[in-house]
Amino acid sequence: MNFPILSVITFLPFIAAVIMLMVPADRKTEVRGIALATAAIDLLLSGWLYIQYLTGDMTGYQFIETYNWLPALGISLKFGVDGMSAPLVLLTGIVMFTGVLISWGVYDEAHHISAGIQDRPREFFAFLFLLAGGVFGVFVSLDLFMLFFFYEIAVFPMYLLIAIWGWVKTREYAAMKLTLYLFIGSVVALVGALAMYWTAGQNTGIYTFDMLQLEKAGFSSAFQYAWFLPVFFGFAVLGGIWPFHNWSPDGHVAAPTAVSMFHAGVLMKLGAFAALRVGVMLLPEGAKQWAWLVMAFAGVAVVYGAFIAFVQTDLKYMIGFSSVSHMGLVVLGVSTLNHDGLVGAGVQMFSHGVMTALFFAVTGMIYDRSHTRQIPELGGMMKALPFAGVGFIIGGLVSMGMPGFSGFVAEFPIFMGVWGRQWMLAVVASISIIITAAYIMIAIRRVFFGPMPENLEGHISPITALDKVAIFTLCSCMVIIGVFPAVMVPMVEKGVENILRLLGGA
Amino acid sequence: MFTPVMFASILPEILILALAVILLVVEPFWKEDQRRNVGWLTAGGLFITIIVSLLFGQPGEPIAVFGGMIRFDWLGFFFKLLFMFAAAVTALMLMDHEKAGQRGEAYLLLLASLIGMNLMAVSADLIMLYLAIETASIPLYILAGFLLVDDRSTEAGFKYLLFGTLASTIMLYGFSLIFGFAGTTNLYQLSEMLTVGSLSPLVAFCLIVLVLVGIGFKLAIVPFHFWAPDVYEGSPTPVAGFLSTASKAAGFSVIVRFLFVAFPEFAPSWTLILAALSAITMTVGNLLAMSQTNIKRLLAYSSIAHAGYALIGVVAFSQLGATGVIFYLAAYIVTNLLAFGVVMAFSRVTGLEDIKDYAGMSRRNPWLGLMMLAAFLSLAGMPPFGGFVGKVFVFAAGVQANYTWLVVVGILNSILGVYYYLNAMKYVYLYRMPNEDEENHPISLPRPYAIALVILTIGVILVGTVFAPWFTWSDAAALNLF
Repeated sequence: MNFPILSVITFLPFIAAVIMLMVPADRKTEVRGIALATAAIDLLLSGWLYIQYLTGDMTGYQFIETYNWLPALGISLKFGVDGMSAPLVLLTGIVMFTGVLISWGVYDEAHHISAGIQDRPREFFAFLFLLAGGVFGVFVSLDLFMLFFFYEIAVFPMYLLIAIWGWVKTREYAAMKLTLYLFIGSVVALVGALAMYWTAGQNTGIYTFDMLQLEKAGFSSAFQYAWFLPVFFGFAVLGGIWPFHNWSPDGHVAAPTAVSMFHAGVLMKLGAFAALRVGVMLLPEGAKQWAWLVMAFAGVAVVYGAFIAFVQTDLKYMIGFSSVSHMGLVVLGVSTLNHDGLVGAGVQMFSHGVMTALFFAVTGMIYDRSHTRQIPELGGMMKALPFAGVGFIIGGLVSMGMPGFSGFVAEFPIFMGVWGRQWMLAVVASISIIITAAYIMIAIRRVFFGPMPENLEGHISPITALDKVAIFTLCSCMVIIGVFPAVMVPMVEKGVENILRLLGGA
Repeated sequence: MFTPVMFASILPEILILALAVILLVVEPFWKEDQRRNVGWLTAGGLFITIIVSLLFGQPGEPIAVFGGMIRFDWLGFFFKLLFMFAAAVTALMLMDHEKAGQRGEAYLLLLASLIGMNLMAVSADLIMLYLAIETASIPLYILAGFLLVDDRSTEAGFKYLLFGTLASTIMLYGFSLIFGFAGTTNLYQLSEMLTVGSLSPLVAFCLIVLVLVGIGFKLAIVPFHFWAPDVYEGSPTPVAGFLSTASKAAGFSVIVRFLFVAFPEFAPSWTLILAALSAITMTVGNLLAMSQTNIKRLLAYSSIAHAGYALIGVVAFSQLGATGVIFYLAAYIVTNLLAFGVVMAFSRVTGLEDIKDYAGMSRRNPWLGLMMLAAFLSLAGMPPFGGFVGKVFVFAAGVQANYTWLVVVGILNSILGVYYYLNAMKYVYLYRMPNEDEENHPISLPRPYAIALVILTIGVILVGTVFAPWFTWSDAAALNLF
């Protein structure tokens, strides 16, 4: 076939990680250079992939690559993207690129300026890239075994990244909590996957982990009812679904900036995406049976997350709980199992990923300079960091679902979809929009406007050019999608068609 | 009389014996301070043995040789390769052991034990099996107590000896009863003699239990595990690594052949015993590992738990189950040797063995830190390392055999595992030395360690990523059981 673009995108970060580990520890600039170059190449490739899919009038799975890995058990390295996963691959490229930019940082001992990652950047970027490679792998895998393989690879570097470079006060606790939650979720789903493998083999006589084959396996209704919940919730733990969301805000808060961006921006999508791909698409009958339960949980997450975010005084906790709320919207969209809801969920995954990455990036910049994230202790940042301030406000507008930004493009269809299923829930869930608007605007006013506290006066150094590039990249994505929904919505619709086909046009 | 096939079937053992003789002859000519070079000789000789065996000693169709004493098949051959690899790496690690590395006897005992293990893997007769087990065990008793001046080592050797002889006596009793009921000692004829019709299930149950005591001791499964932590802690670290990998795998090579070949008719009763033992072993091993402060004891309990995971594959009693066990053991041998190698390299420089002493280790030697990370994540069952794939295979076999409850127990246990393995890594990566002056306390790696550890690290990653060849070999080995 042609250029194996998906393998290159997936394996490039792994190769880069190994190369970085070979570099002597004191060559920090070289390590960062390698990281940035790799991230830029991956971003360009994933962007090219996205544009190809969008303009090439493609449907279904494209760019398929198949390598036999273990034919005896039907395990193959099968990659491919559809309208659902292509935006997420691009999202990962964007977050990876901006995450490296943000972590580059500045270090000036004379002025006590230390931003970004200064301690052992070599290991930091190597672990971060292992994570990124795992994430790419999950989004492009069409083989259930490989999906698990990459899923686990994406999970364990989080422990190290948070425990080593995280916020001193809570990092050990948060890192262990996060790892255990995610590991439990994934192994529960793994048992479900093994059950699918054997049952499908008995039904069809072909033992394979190929998901395109498993779709046709004809699982009995009883099997689907029994296994849908473990599989869906096993993955959805990583999507931060209520009541298994507890690890997520703690993890966000303890993680260093770039890892928070990855965590909220991409990893949570990994959970929602895998729950959709494996749970809903392979067990559609089970999904229909249990949609009400998923919908109820997601509804609680949306409203509850927003309320909890509202009462937070720590900026990162606020964003962390707002992520629970916004990821709840994604799951809510999925649970409608109708066209509008699923399209909204797809766009929301991308939109929330970019938005929350931006939030965490700006929060990190502020924290590195002011050494506090407490909203009441901050103020007047607009004067000191105007660029970051504008970025945060744009992110806020997206978060509120303001028309003209990607948040609106995503949330509007979700609410339409929910209305089609259960209009009462749509009304209740929409409360979250009001709450979100409230806490975002309060945070913006307190942090960026008003007088700057005296102890911070003169300590806030300007952000670097690299930081600005990162903010600009993230903001422009949200605005472009908001103004021209046509760059994403038709594509997601193609992915949704495929899901609806499996659901039997429900 | 002596056909080429017979020669090929014991080719590795012949070569090892030749190597041992060369070693005996050469060693006295070397001065005391050069005697560590015996390690190079041993390791190099074993690697050559592996290559020569692969070239000229590959089995074809399974065949009984030496009057049915030995079965020449892939099952035995693959295990032999694993044992020889483990012994070669152990020899490299012994070289820079302060007290044992200079003494040729250590390497000689290692080779003697290795011959016993190789024969364990191919024995097709109870008498041969017993002799092989004793040949493998007796040198290990001595090696465990090798450090005469160290009380802990002496205690380890003695404890191992006492427990070992007791277990093997009980097993021998079992063997003699089996002979009494069946009138033959050949495993492949036993299955014809011991049928459900001719033997009451209760008697069969008792016979199997008696033999399981002996093998269970080798495997260090609960409740025959009491010796393991003390012995691992006291014996020289490379020996502990060898005990926990090759010796354990040798036990598995016996248990699968013994149960699958001789007692297939009684599978319902022994799968049940083993399922219970597996669940208890995993749980006890992991729970006790959580509270350990000494890294060797932690690894000892973790290796007990790993025997429990591997047993899931035996319990499944299927082709995939056997493949899973063998694959699991291959991954586990490489992984655990790496873990013990890192511990060895660390305590050689520092003389310390507590987990808390590992604080700041990744700054003292980043590579050693990464290798430890690879080993521990593989033990925890994370990709892209061997442990993950091995676990998935045995779990898959368990689900297939409708032992879902056992798989669930296994999964709950892996969660415990993740907790304590990561907890140990926390010291390595997160905590710092009391004065934060890690640069002044580097951990140097002598060449033998560097070679051994790099080979093992690459091995752990290869088994976990490019798993098709290993799976094919394990599968070929497992095929010989049915």
